[in-house]
Amino acid sequence: MLDHSESYVTEDGRTIGGVVMEMKNITLRFGGVVAIKDISFDIREGEIRAIIGPNGAGKSSMLNVISGFYNPQEGDVYYKGALRPPMKPYQVARLGIARTFQNIALFEGMTVLDNIMTGRLNHMKAGLFAQALWKGKAEAEEVANREVVEKIIDFLEIQSIRKTPVGRLPYGLKKRVELARALAAEPSILLLDEPMAGMNVEEKEDMSRFILDVNDEFGTTIALIEHDMGVVMDLSDRVVVMDYGKKIGDGTPDEVRNNQAVIDAYLGVSHD
Amino acid sequence: MFYREAGDFKTTYKDDNQTFPIKFDRYRYYAVMFAAFAVIPFLINDYWVNAIFLPFLIYAIAAIGLNILVGYCGQVSLGTGGFMAVGAYACYKLMTGFPDINLFFHIIISGGITAFVCVLFGLPSLRIKGFYLAVATLAAQFFLVWLFNRVPWFYNNSASGQINAPERSLFDITITGPNADAWAKYLFCLVFVTVLALIARNLTRGTIGRTWMAIRDMDIAAEIIGVNPLKAKISAFAVSGFFVGVSGALFFSVYLGAVEVGEVFGINKSFLVLFMIIIGGLGSIFGSFAGAAFLVLLPVFLKNVLVGGLGWPTDLAAHLEFLIIGALIVIFLIAEPHGLAQLWRVAKEKLRLWPFPH
Amino acid sequence: MSDTFIFGMEVFLNGLMAGVLYALVALGFVLIYKASGIFNYAQGVMALFAAMTLVGIMEGRVPFAHLINALFGTQIHHFGWHLPAVFGIIFTVVAMAGFAWCVQKFIFRHLVGQEPIILFMATIGLAYFLEGFGDLMWGSDIKKLDVGLPQGINLLIDETTFGWFGYGFFIDNLDIVATVIAALLVISLIIFAQYTKQGRAMRAVADDHQAALSVGISLNFIWVMVWSLAGFVALVAGIMWGTKSGVQFSLSLIALKALPVLMLGGFTSIPGAIVGGLIIGVGEKMFEFLVGPLVGGATENWFAYVLALLFLVFRPQGLFGEKIIERV
Repeated sequence: MLDHSESYVTEDGRTIGGVVMEMKNITLRFGGVVAIKDISFDIREGEIRAIIGPNGAGKSSMLNVISGFYNPQEGDVYYKGALRPPMKPYQVARLGIARTFQNIALFEGMTVLDNIMTGRLNHMKAGLFAQALWKGKAEAEEVANREVVEKIIDFLEIQSIRKTPVGRLPYGLKKRVELARALAAEPSILLLDEPMAGMNVEEKEDMSRFILDVNDEFGTTIALIEHDMGVVMDLSDRVVVMDYGKKIGDGTPDEVRNNQAVIDAYLGVSHD
Repeated sequence: MFYREAGDFKTTYKDDNQTFPIKFDRYRYYAVMFAAFAVIPFLINDYWVNAIFLPFLIYAIAAIGLNILVGYCGQVSLGTGGFMAVGAYACYKLMTGFPDINLFFHIIISGGITAFVCVLFGLPSLRIKGFYLAVATLAAQFFLVWLFNRVPWFYNNSASGQINAPERSLFDITITGPNADAWAKYLFCLVFVTVLALIARNLTRGTIGRTWMAIRDMDIAAEIIGVNPLKAKISAFAVSGFFVGVSGALFFSVYLGAVEVGEVFGINKSFLVLFMIIIGGLGSIFGSFAGAAFLVLLPVFLKNVLVGGLGWPTDLAAHLEFLIIGALIVIFLIAEPHGLAQLWRVAKEKLRLWPFPH
Repeated sequence: MSDTFIFGMEVFLNGLMAGVLYALVALGFVLIYKASGIFNYAQGVMALFAAMTLVGIMEGRVPFAHLINALFGTQIHHFGWHLPAVFGIIFTVVAMAGFAWCVQKFIFRHLVGQEPIILFMATIGLAYFLEGFGDLMWGSDIKKLDVGLPQGINLLIDETTFGWFGYGFFIDNLDIVATVIAALLVISLIIFAQYTKQGRAMRAVADDHQAALSVGISLNFIWVMVWSLAGFVALVAGIMWGTKSGVQFSLSLIALKALPVLMLGGFTSIPGAIVGGLIIGVGEKMFEFLVGPLVGGATENWFAYVLALLFLVFRPQGLFGEKIIERV
C-alpha cells in the first residue's frame, strides 16, 4: 500500500500529493434514519477520487458533509491536515471547496455569465459604497473578474450562450454552466455530483475531457459521484464504494472492480 | 430601421457592462434626462406637479427600494407603509430639532435611520422564509403605525397627532411648506430620483446584485457556493430601507406637507407599492418606474374620465378603481408575470428587427 | 380573590371567544392552502362579500343599484321584499360556489405550477377586485345583519358567576353560539379531510399537483370544491362577525388578523388553526388588559403580529406545521 503522505507521479505524468482531505468515522443521521454509518476515507491532492454505490447509499449526503451543508453527528473532517470545525457552508466555500449538484442548482433568473460570475464571489472585495459608485474600484474589479470568467467560458466552449438566461438552456448545457461556476471559484477541491447524469455518449466524452483537463491544467483535486462505470474506471485514480451508508470498498479502480462485496452489492458479474 | 445594433461592437468588457448598450437607447436616455431637467420645469404648474409628477417621482423611489428587496433578493415585505412612516417621522424630528441643517441632509439621514429600522425588522428573514416572512413584516407595519400614533414624542406632542413640515429652502428657493414653487419641489425630487436610480443600477449589476439574485433563486445553493446569507439579506434590507425612507421623507416634507400616520402610511400603502413593482416588473429598475407611473396615472385618469367626463359620483369611481387594479394585478400575473418591463423588452426585441420579419 | 384576578378571568374567557372567531377565518385559509398551496389573502374579503350578499338578498336590495342609477339616471334601490335568513343563506352559499367556480376558471387554472409568491399576489389582486366588486354590487354603507342568532349578555353565566365571585361575567350569547358552530365546523372538516375520498384527494392535491393529476384526480373539481368550502366557511365567519359589529369594510381586515393565527398554528393544520386562534385571542386581550394602560392602549393592533413573529423566529414552521428538511 502506498504511504498516503508521499507524493508520486502517475503513468500519464500527473503529480498526486499527500492527503488533503480526510473523513474519520463520519456518522450522519436524519431523525431515525442513518444516512452514513461510520465511514472513513481520504482524498489526496491532485487525484480524481470517485464515490460510487447504489442509489440511496448516502453518496450525495457524503458530498453534503464535505461541503458543510450537513454536520455529521459523529466523526471529524480534516482539511489540509487540520481539523475542520463545524462551519457554515459559505465558510467552507471560502476554504476553496466548490461543487456541482445532482439536480442542477443554477440561478434560473440570471444569465449564464452572471451565474458564473457568482462563482467569483470570494475573489471580489469591493464594498457596498464602492459598488454604489461603480466607477473606479468596483468597475475595475468587475472587469478583471470578467476576464477570468471568460477564460473559463472559452475552456468549456459555451461562448455562444453567455447572455442566455439559464432557465432556457437544455440540460447538458446547464451542467456545463454549473461546472463553469464551480471552476470560477478557483477551488482546491472540486466536488462533482453525478456530472454525467442524463447525457448521451458524446456529451459524456466532452464532460470527461473537461474533467481531465481541469485536473491536468489546474491540478484541482476532484471528488466525483458517478454511476457510469466506464467513466469511473477510466477517469479516477481511486474509488470509494458505499452501500446503505457503509463503506464496502476503497482502492484503485482495478482493486474495487474485483472486490467481491462490491460485485455483490453493485457491479454484478459480466456474462461473457 | 432606426433601432439597430449592426456595426455597434463592444471591444471592452467595460462597454459590455453599460446600462444602455444600444446607441439608440443611450440617446433616448439622454433626451429624457434633458427634457426632465431642462424642459419640464418651465412647463409645469401646480396641478401637474402635485397630482402627477411628485407622486410619480417619490413612489418611483419607494418602488425601486421595494424592488431591490422583493424583486432582486426575493424577500417579501408588506411593511413598506410603516418604513415610509419611519422616513417621514425621522425627517420631521430632524427638521424640527435641527432647523439650521439643510433639508437635503435631513432626507439622507432619514434614509439612513430607516435603513437601520428595516434591518432590525429584517433580521427574522434569516430564519423565516416566503409567506411567513411576508406576514412577519406585517408586524413591522402595524407596530410602526401604532408607535407613531401613540408615542407623543414622535409628533412633538401636538394635539392632533398630525405632523407638519416647516418651511425650508435650498439655495434661497423655498422647497417645503405652502409657499414653495411647483418647479422647485419637482427639481428637488428629480435630483434624488436620478441619483438613487443610478445607485440602484450600479448595485444591481455588480457583485451585490448577483448575490441578492442568487439568494432569490436558490438560497441553499447560494450559500454552498459562498454567499453569506446574513450579509446578503441584511444588505438588501438596508439598501431597500434607505430608499423607502428617503421616499417617505420626501412624501411628507415636499409632497404632502402634513401627515396623519394611520391614513397615509397604512397597510394600503404597502400594497400600493407592491402592486407597482408587480405590474411594473419584479427585478427591474425600469419596471419600478413603469409601475409607479401606471398606478399614479390610473386614478387620475379614472377620476377625470368618470367623474369629470361622465359625472359619476366619486365613491363609484373609487370602487371601480379597486376593481380595475385588482383585475389588472391578476391579469398581469397570468399573462405577463414579469410586468410592463417585460412587455417593453419584448417590444424592443421586435423593434430591433422591424420592418423585417426575422 | 382579588378584583383584578376576577376581571382577568373574564378577559381570558372573552379572549377565548375572540380566538374562536379568528380560528373560523383561519380555517378558510388552511383549507385552500392544504388543497392548492395557495395562501388566499382574499379570504377576509370573501367573508365580507358573503355577508354583504346575505344582507342584500334578505333585504331585497337591487344589485349594482348605485351603478345602474349613475349610468341610467334611475333611482331604484330595493326590490321591496324581505327574505327569511334560511333562504338568504342558501342563495349566498350558491353564490359563493359560483364565485369559487369563476375563481378557478378565470384565475387559478392559468396559474398552475407558478411559484407560491405569484399565487399569493394573485389572491391580493383578487381581494382588491372582490372588494371593489362587492362595493359596486351592494354599496359600501354599513349594514346590519340579523339572522336570528341570540345576542346580548348570557344571563345564566352572569347570574352564576355573580353567585360565585360577586361579579357577573359578561359573556355574549353570540360568542357562545359562535364557539359551538366553529367546533362543529372544525370537527366535520377534520372528518371530511381524513376519512372521505374527496378529502383524501384534497390532501393529495395539496402535496403535489402533478402527481395528483397522474393518478386521475381532477384538479379543477378539487379546487372548485375547496374554494366553495372556503366560501362557506367565509360565510359563517361573515355572519358571526357581521352580527357582532355590522357588515362593513373592516370585516375584511379580520383576514389580516388570521395571518398571525396561521403563523402560530402552521399553514396546513386544521387543529393548528384552532389552537393558534385561541392563543392569539387570549394573548391579545390579556396583553391589552395587563400592559395596554401603560403604553397608551390599542396594543391589539400589533400584538398578534409581534407575538407570531417572535414565535416564528424560534420555530419557523409554527406549532403544528411540517418541519421542512431542505435537500440539495
